Amino acid sequence: MTDIPTLERTLIGAVAAAADEAALEAVRVSALGKKGSVSELLKTLGAMTPDERREKGPLINGLRDRVNAAIAERKAALEETALAARLAAERVDVTLPLQEGPQTRGRIHPISQVIDELTAIFADMGFSIAEGPDIETDFYNFTALNFPAGHPARDMHDTFFLPPDDKGERKVLRTHTSPVQIRTMLGQKPPIRVIIPGRTYRCDSDQTHTPMFHQVEGLVIDKSSHIGHLKWILEEFCKAFFEVDQVKMRFRPSFFPFTEPSAEVDIQCARKGGEIRFGEGEDWLEILGCGMVHPNVLRNCGLDPDEYQGFAWGMGIDRIAMLKYGMPDLRPFFEADVRWLSHYGFRPLDLPTLAGGLSS
Amino acid sequence: MKFTLSWLKDHLDTDATVQDVADTLNRIGLEVEAVEDKAALFAPYVIAHVVSAEQHPNADRLRVCMVDTGRGEPPVQVVCGAPNARTGMKSVFAPAGTYIPGKGITLTVGTIRGVESRGMLCSAFELELSDDHEGIIDLPEDAPVGQPFAAYAGIDDPVIEIAVTPNRADALGIAGIARDLAAAGLGRLKTPAVTAVPGNGPCPVSVSLAFTGEDAHLCPAFALRLVRGVKNGPSPAWLQRRLKAIGLRPINTLVDITNYITFDRGRPLHVFDAKKVAGNLVVRHARDGEEVLALDGRSYALDPSMVVIADDNGVESIGGIMGGEHSGCDETTTDVLIESALWDPLNIAQTGRKLGIVSDARYRFERGVDPAFCEPGLELATQMVLDLCGGEASEATLAGSIPDTRRALAFPYAEVKRLTGLDLPAGTMRGTLEALGFLVAGTGEVVEVMPPSWRADIEGKADLVEEVMRITGLDNVPAVPFPRLEAAVAKPVLTLLQKRTRLAKRTLAARGLVEAVTWSFIGKAEAELFGGGDPRLALANPIASELSDMRPSLVPGLAKAAQKNADRGHPDVALFEVGQVFASDEPEGQTIVACALRRGTARAEGVGRRWDGEAKPVDVFDAKADAMALLTALGIPTGGLQIVPGGPSWYHPGRSATLQFGPRAVLGAFGELHPRILKALDVKGPLVAFELTLDALPAPKAKPTKMKPKLALSDFQPLTRDFAFVVDREVAAAEIVKSAGAADRNLVTEVTVFDVYEGPHVGEGKKSIAIAVTLQPTDKTLTDAEIEAVSAKIVEQVAKKTGAALRG
Repeated sequence: MTDIPTLERTLIGAVAAAADEAALEAVRVSALGKKGSVSELLKTLGAMTPDERREKGPLINGLRDRVNAAIAERKAALEETALAARLAAERVDVTLPLQEGPQTRGRIHPISQVIDELTAIFADMGFSIAEGPDIETDFYNFTALNFPAGHPARDMHDTFFLPPDDKGERKVLRTHTSPVQIRTMLGQKPPIRVIIPGRTYRCDSDQTHTPMFHQVEGLVIDKSSHIGHLKWILEEFCKAFFEVDQVKMRFRPSFFPFTEPSAEVDIQCARKGGEIRFGEGEDWLEILGCGMVHPNVLRNCGLDPDEYQGFAWGMGIDRIAMLKYGMPDLRPFFEADVRWLSHYGFRPLDLPTLAGGLSS
Repeated sequence: MKFTLSWLKDHLDTDATVQDVADTLNRIGLEVEAVEDKAALFAPYVIAHVVSAEQHPNADRLRVCMVDTGRGEPPVQVVCGAPNARTGMKSVFAPAGTYIPGKGITLTVGTIRGVESRGMLCSAFELELSDDHEGIIDLPEDAPVGQPFAAYAGIDDPVIEIAVTPNRADALGIAGIARDLAAAGLGRLKTPAVTAVPGNGPCPVSVSLAFTGEDAHLCPAFALRLVRGVKNGPSPAWLQRRLKAIGLRPINTLVDITNYITFDRGRPLHVFDAKKVAGNLVVRHARDGEEVLALDGRSYALDPSMVVIADDNGVESIGGIMGGEHSGCDETTTDVLIESALWDPLNIAQTGRKLGIVSDARYRFERGVDPAFCEPGLELATQMVLDLCGGEASEATLAGSIPDTRRALAFPYAEVKRLTGLDLPAGTMRGTLEALGFLVAGTGEVVEVMPPSWRADIEGKADLVEEVMRITGLDNVPAVPFPRLEAAVAKPVLTLLQKRTRLAKRTLAARGLVEAVTWSFIGKAEAELFGGGDPRLALANPIASELSDMRPSLVPGLAKAAQKNADRGHPDVALFEVGQVFASDEPEGQTIVACALRRGTARAEGVGRRWDGEAKPVDVFDAKADAMALLTALGIPTGGLQIVPGGPSWYHPGRSATLQFGPRAVLGAFGELHPRILKALDVKGPLVAFELTLDALPAPKAKPTKMKPKLALSDFQPLTRDFAFVVDREVAAAEIVKSAGAADRNLVTEVTVFDVYEGPHVGEGKKSIAIAVTLQPTDKTLTDAEIEAVSAKIVEQVAKKTGAALRG
C-alpha cells in the first residue's frame, strides 16, 4: 500500500510545478487517468473488507478530491496567465486617429438650409412652395406686374437679356421671383397661399451685389387679407426665423409697381463687435419689401380687384442667411470654396423643424 | 434728393428738429438715406484772433502764432505754414483732437522744428469748403472771436438726403416734400405763391413744335420769354451756399437760378444766351448725323428718336435733358431766353439712357413734372432773374398747350379698412387727402376725389388708400393674426420634385459631399463642351465672358470649382449641387439635376492617406456609388434600371455609363471625365461625376394605404454556392449576374460578384468573373441533388447568355 500522504505531497507538488496546461494535463493523467496513481488506489477499495473500506475509503477519496481541486485551481491560474499574455499581445494604440466619416465631412449650403427653414415656418401657416422658370418673358417679369414699358422702375432692375426671337421679343433672366406670382394666379384659383424661393439675376456685381442671388416671395390672395395680416405674418416670421422672442419692425411706405399700397420693412437690431442681435439696439436694417397686390396685377391675372385682394412680400434669402448666421460677404456664397462651405455650411442631418427648432 | 433744413423751412413753418423731420420722412415714405449734421461736424472750429504771428526760429516758411480763441483761455501757440498768416488777422482755429475733413486726419499736439503747436489755423480746403488751400481763411475785422465758425459762415445747415421712389416725382422739389410733411402734421405749408411778372412787348423769339399729331406728346408745351439787359456773374452767397450744401457747383447767376428752381420746386428750366440764338426756336426730332456739344463738355451723336431744340445754327439743346454749350449762358450774357417746357417721360428716359446722360432735368422729366407748374415756373424764374440780374422781361410765349390732367376717382372710404385693416373716421381721411392737395367732393360713403396736377401716379382707389395709410403711419396699422384656411393640423405642402430635391441634398451631403451653389451661367466654350451653346441661351449682355451662357450641365461649374480648391491647396474635394440646367429658353427646357463631383482621393469612405491603408484615387465606381445611393434614397426601384456602358461626350467612353429605364427614359449618367474635357477646362484629374435629372425620375405608384407589403420569412437556412466563369473581356458582368438570377427566380435571391481576374491564367481577351449565388428555399430543405440541379441550370443559363465557361 502506497503511503497516501507521501503520494499526495508528490502529486500536489507536481500540480504546482506544471508550467502550462499540457504539463498540468500530464499530471492529471498520471494521477487521475485510467492507470493513474490515485485511480489505482481507488480500484483497491473494491477488494477491501467493509471495515478496511470504512477506514481507507475516506482517505483515498479525500486524496482524489484534493488532487482534483489542486488541478482545477492550477488550471484556472494558468488560463488567467495565458489570457493576460494574450491581452497584452493584442493591445493596440487606440489613440490612432480615424479618417473623418462622410457625415462629418458633408455639408448643406446655407441657402438650402435657409430655404428649408422658410419652408418649415410657412408650411405650418398653410403656404405651399411655388416655383417658376429662371428664363422669363417680358410679360411675366415686367408687364403683368404693372411695370409700364420704358418706366424708370424697369431701369432699376439691371436686367439680363437673351437674344431677340423672330418677333424681336427678348426673354430675360428673371430679375425677381415676382413673375411666379403671376404664374400662380393664372394657374390656380384663390385662396392662394404660396412662398416662392428661387434664383434671380441682375447684371450688377460689386462688393454687395452678385449677378445671381436668391429671393423668396410670399403671396396671399383671398377675399379678406389685408395689411394688418401681412404685418402679423412678417412679425411672426421674423421671430420664428431669427429664433428670438421679440422683434421690433418698422414699416415704411414705399413703392413697387406691383403693389399698392407698398412698404419696406426694417428690423431693429444691435451691432456689437461684428455680431447682429435682433430685438434690441438702435439700428434699423432693411430686410424686405411688401404691399397689397396692385389692382392692375390682379386684373392682369383675371381677378376682379373689387372681389379679390391680397398681399405679397419679397426678401433676399442670401441676405437673411447672412443676417442670421453672420457671413460678412455675399460673393463667397457662389465661389464653392470648401473652406467657406465647411465653416458656414450645415451638417447633413441638421434638419430644420418647428418641433425641434430651426437650428441646433 | 438733397436739401437743407433751412431751405425746407422756406416752405414749411415748423419748429421740428432735424431728427423729427427725418423720422417723419421715413414714416411717410420718403426714405432718409443720410442726415449730415454740419453743426456737429464743425463744432470745434471757432473764429479766432491771431494776436501775434512771428517768424519760426528754425524754419523760413513757418510762423509761430499766438491765437486768442475768445474763450477766456490764454492765447494758444500754433505753428502755421500759411503765407497769409499775420498779426491781427481773424481766422478759423481748430484745437488738438479735431478731425480735419479736407485732410482726413485728427489733430494732435505736435512739435514742429522744435516749437510746440497746439492746434491749427484752417484753410477753406481743409474744411472742404472750396479748393482754396493757398492760405488760411481770412475773416473780416468784425468777425466775432470765440463764436462757432459754421454758424457765422452759414454752413451749419443740416443736409438731409432722401431716396425718392419713382412714383413720387412731386417729392423731387423741396416744396413737395414740405407739403407731405405738413400733411403729416409737422408744420404749416407756406410755399410762397408765384405771381405773374408783367412783360414789355412780345417775346421776339418764337417757338414752333414740329410734331405731327401722333408725336405731339413728345413736347406738349414749351413756354419761353426773353429778359434783356441782365448782368450775369457769380450768384449771391446765400444761393451759392444752398447749392453747394446739396452738392451742386455754382456756375453763374442765370444757371444757378435754373438749378435752384429745379430743386426748390421740382421744375427744371433752361436758359439760352439770346445773342447766340440765331432766328427762332423749333422743337423737333433730331436728324441722323446731328451732333451737339452739351454743357457737360461732351459731344453727343443724336438720332431721330430724340427731341431737340434747334435754331438756324442747328441743335442748341437736347430737350429736357441737357442744354448745348454753344448757346449756354456765361458772364458775357446780357439777354437771356428762359425755357420752361413739358416733355414725354418715356422719351426722356429712352434718350437719356441712349446718350448716357444723367442730369437733374432728365431725372425729373422722366418721372413726370407737374404740368400745371410749367408756366408758373417760368414766372418764378423771370422774377428771380429780374431780382438778381436786373434787366427787362418780355411777355411769355407758349407753344402747344398745358395738358388738362384733371380726373375724378370714386373713393369708397371703406376701401381703407378693406385693404389695410385701419379703421379711420371719414373726416380724418378727407383731411389727409385735402392736405396733400386732393380735391374731395361729396359727403357720403363714396366720395369723388380729384388728384392734384403733381400726382400723375394716382390712378385709382388703391393709390388713395396708400396716401391715407402712409400719412396715418403704417405703425398705426394693427397686426392681425392670420387665420389658417382650415382649423386643422397643417397639411403637407411639398411637391414630389420639391421633396426629392431636398432629400437629394441631404443624401449627398451624408455621403461626404459638400454642397456648392455655382453660377447659372458659364462660358460659351464650356457650354459647348457639355452639350450647350444654343444661341438662344446666350446672354445678350453678360457681365463677363466666362458668365455668358445658361449652363447645360452642372459638371463644368463644379469641375472648375474643384480645380480652384485644388489651387488653394485642397486637392481632395467632393462637391455637389442640386440645381437648374437649361436645354432651351422655354420653361420646359429647365430641369433640376443632382450632380456630384469627386476629385483626388475624396472618396465617400475617407479622404487622403491613412495609417492603415492607401490613399486610393477616386474612380468611376465612386461616382456610380453616389448615383445609386441617391436613387435608392429617393425610393427609385433599381430592379429595372439599365446601366448602359458609355455616357455623354464629356465622360471617358470606357469608364462611364448611362442610367436609364429604357432608351427613352434616360435618368442620367456617371463616369470619369474625359481627358480631353479636363484639358479644355484646364483642370486636373482624376475627376469623377454623376448627373441625375430629378424631373426624369418616375413617380412612385399610387397606393391606397400606407401598408408595407406582407413580410414572408423562410424557416429554412439560405445557402451559397460560388461559380467562376471565363468569358470574353467585353461581356458585361451585369449580364452574368442577370443570367444567374434568371436561372431560378424562386430560389436565387442574391447574386454577387466577388472576384474579377484578367491575366495569363485565363488567356488573351478573356476574363474570369466569380459570383456567389444565394439560394433561399421556402418550403423544405434542399437535397444535394436539387442543389446540383440548380447549379447546373445556373451554369447552363450563364453559358447560353454570355458564352461563359465554368473556370476549370
